[in-house]
Amino acid sequence: MNHTINRRSSLLRMGAAMAGLLTVSFARAAKAAVQTVFVSTTAPKGYDPTKHKWLMCIDASKCIGCGLCAEACKKENGVPEGPYYRTWIERYIIPKPKPGSDLTRGEAIVDSPNGGMHGFPEPTLPKDKIEHAFFVPKLCNLCENPPCIQVCPVGATFTAPDGAVLIDPNYCIGCAFCIQACPYGARFLNPATKTAEKCTLCYHRISRGLKPACVEVCPAEARIFGDLKNLAADDPLQKFYEKNRVQVLKPHLGTEPRVLYAGLDKEVR
Amino acid sequence: MMNEVTNSVVEALPQFQGYVYPNEANFHPVWSTLIVVYPYITGLVAGAFIMASLVRVFDVKALAPVYRLSMLTALAFLLCATLPLLCHLGHPERCYEIMMTPHMTSPMAIFGFVYAWYLMAVLLLELWFDYRQDFVKWSKTTAGFKGFLYRVLTLGVTDVSEKSVRLDMKMEWILSIVGIPSAFLLHGYVGFIFGSIKANPWWGNVLMPIMFILSAIVSGIALCVFNYIVLNWIRRRPLDMRCLDAMAMFLFYALVMDAVVEGLDVLHRGYAAEEGFAVLQTMIHEKLFYTLNIGQVGVGTLVPLLLLGLLQVLPRRVPEATRRVMIFCSGAMILLGVLMMRWNVVMGGQFFSKSFRGVMSYKMEFAGQEGWLISAVIMCLPFIILTVLVKLFLSERLQPCEHVLEKSSKA
Repeated sequence: MNHTINRRSSLLRMGAAMAGLLTVSFARAAKAAVQTVFVSTTAPKGYDPTKHKWLMCIDASKCIGCGLCAEACKKENGVPEGPYYRTWIERYIIPKPKPGSDLTRGEAIVDSPNGGMHGFPEPTLPKDKIEHAFFVPKLCNLCENPPCIQVCPVGATFTAPDGAVLIDPNYCIGCAFCIQACPYGARFLNPATKTAEKCTLCYHRISRGLKPACVEVCPAEARIFGDLKNLAADDPLQKFYEKNRVQVLKPHLGTEPRVLYAGLDKEVR
Repeated sequence: MMNEVTNSVVEALPQFQGYVYPNEANFHPVWSTLIVVYPYITGLVAGAFIMASLVRVFDVKALAPVYRLSMLTALAFLLCATLPLLCHLGHPERCYEIMMTPHMTSPMAIFGFVYAWYLMAVLLLELWFDYRQDFVKWSKTTAGFKGFLYRVLTLGVTDVSEKSVRLDMKMEWILSIVGIPSAFLLHGYVGFIFGSIKANPWWGNVLMPIMFILSAIVSGIALCVFNYIVLNWIRRRPLDMRCLDAMAMFLFYALVMDAVVEGLDVLHRGYAAEEGFAVLQTMIHEKLFYTLNIGQVGVGTLVPLLLLGLLQVLPRRVPEATRRVMIFCSGAMILLGVLMMRWNVVMGGQFFSKSFRGVMSYKMEFAGQEGWLISAVIMCLPFIILTVLVKLFLSERLQPCEHVLEKSSKA
């Protein structure tokens, strides 16, 4: 085959390459501009999300189920009354097996009355029949591959560069697709604003150098919060993930949650 | 005080058994009857179109009498297809964002484009090419508003020469061919909206789009059967039994395929018995017992299979009047069964907790955004639109031109 390169074709190719590069950079600039103009977060002016990487980890073995975190979250974020929670606590009661049943444990009993906001009632089982009982705080799992973001038809929910998964309430159309897609039940439709809502790691607080409300009030230090890009010398977050063998919730779904748990049980999902 | 009341209500809600995530302990599922109606209507559109394509693409001459009725049915339902979605949005005034700033990884966002493509590029165009010659003729013979309307609908293209009509036919044929994959895409996408939710074992399934497409074809043909019989009954005109028998045959084979794929889905779920299988069993045995086992499988599939199958095996033995009744009943039962199937998919996926530890019951409300009244109204709307369309474009007084099925098959 006779293949010649002449000036015209090479000029055209170079031109096309230039145009391609220009388009890419133009598209990137446009995307950034759109993000800054259209995305509303509760961060103050001057907060640079690229300089942080926030993470919350949970030491479930430390949680005492007092419910202060769930209550503080509702108050801090103005979450409506009723079955709407940005964070909640689950109680797992694992009974001893029936005598002679050749099982290792009974069927787990799980509850979370009012999201555990006002603590938990006495268990229905007598103490001598309980093998294990423990509490598990739950919140948005800050997935690396968040299915909620994948399905949003307008892109109202997004991962901020600092790792927080946020929703723009001025943009959300309230279709509830993200609520269906979240495997962890972390999202709800706010009945007042008619938009989807979830844990933001108290974005209005962390972007001002404060801790999330739930972390602030936890008396047992079961919630460990920190900034992976600005770790202190003996940062509790670093200690937590170095010291513990950690797990994530529903790993088989491939969502790659960033929220790490220590002290879970096979019953927790 | 109010606080206490709310909390006690949340604690004591009787419709929950076992443990559900606190955010799931809502009074009604986030997607309710409107989202049941949405895939139902979209499926009817796709099915009616595919039925019409049998005439144009596959040259099934027996079905020619229902070609225009099926196309108008598809149009009437397509015009209403996005209404349920729109009504269920928390912020319907922001709906244009789906088209203006679509998020390309979202099945719901792409659906907007598929819908627009299907309505504008396929259905309306094909109808226009099919009707143009008639519009020219009717605009000359009809006075008043109707005549004016026909004149406008010609879009100024009044050339009815042999060459021009031949071009119409050719375009129609091309659009039909483009239309079949488009119809598959339209409804496959609706299936994908559910099938892509991996968090939900009732939905997240690769077979979901295929099941949606097949059930759409079944329901679409059933709707055409239903409309054809009802229209001729209203007009007191005899049915073309050759056409009806052909529709019944296609309905039967589509139903067989649909039943096989849905059966395969059940088998696969049972055999794989993945996480959450126990809760799915509860759905089948308890929560969806009536709508699934009796509605979808019994009334919607097995009985019509039996009736239509009988007609295939013994076509000549059954007298015409009985055949008519059998085909009509099968069509009506299939329409009901596919509605049940949509209910079972949409509601079934929300009747259990994603913790797989609890199930919930649901009592439909009557009024309000989540009530069934608005869904019922939306379900009636396409029939009203269809009545108008039939009066305008399928009128007994206005005969179509020598409409040229033979020509179209030659083209």
